[in-house]
Amino acid sequence: MDEKLKKKIDNEVEKNEVCLFMKGTPEVPQCGFSLAVSNVLKHLDVRFKGINILEDSELREGIKEYSDWPTIPQLYIKGEFIGGSDIVKEMFEQGNLQKKLREKQIAFKNNIK
Amino acid sequence: MGLKLEEIKSLIKKAIPDAEISIQDLAGDDNHYSATIKSKTFSGKSKVEQHKLVYKALKGKMGNELHALALNTLER
Repeated sequence: MDEKLKKKIDNEVEKNEVCLFMKGTPEVPQCGFSLAVSNVLKHLDVRFKGINILEDSELREGIKEYSDWPTIPQLYIKGEFIGGSDIVKEMFEQGNLQKKLREKQIAFKNNIK
Repeated sequence: MGLKLEEIKSLIKKAIPDAEISIQDLAGDDNHYSATIKSKTFSGKSKVEQHKLVYKALKGKMGNELHALALNTLER
């Protein structure tokens, strides 16, 4: 892929500990799947950067190649690709997302007792 | 746009012959599906790798012709 674009994505993924490539913004998601992941992160009180790929057509195609993943949203935690909405939801329900956040030393609130 | 349910099934079957597939057309528009797929090939692989195998089976249609396919992959 284009070197400049790759650098741009590298930079976002490195700069933001929790980084969600999504359709729309965390405030106004434009797709149900992006909404779902955004809600999981909000529920856990995780600080994250939402990157609206609808505003950048180069990024919209580039991120799919970068992650070798054909759909949006895409979640990165400390540079590691975690998955799309199905995986994130499943991990959350099984407590594995919380485990991952703990491993990566990302602050969150566990509302499930 | 869209992809017929049977076509999705047959593409997955071709790439993952032992797959047990249960698939639902969520909106009746050939474009929003939910699938549960069980296969031995998923054993020992991460969820990301498992889903990638399914996406690969769909030969680039995912995210293009096919807008949404919620996936649940299970080891057999």
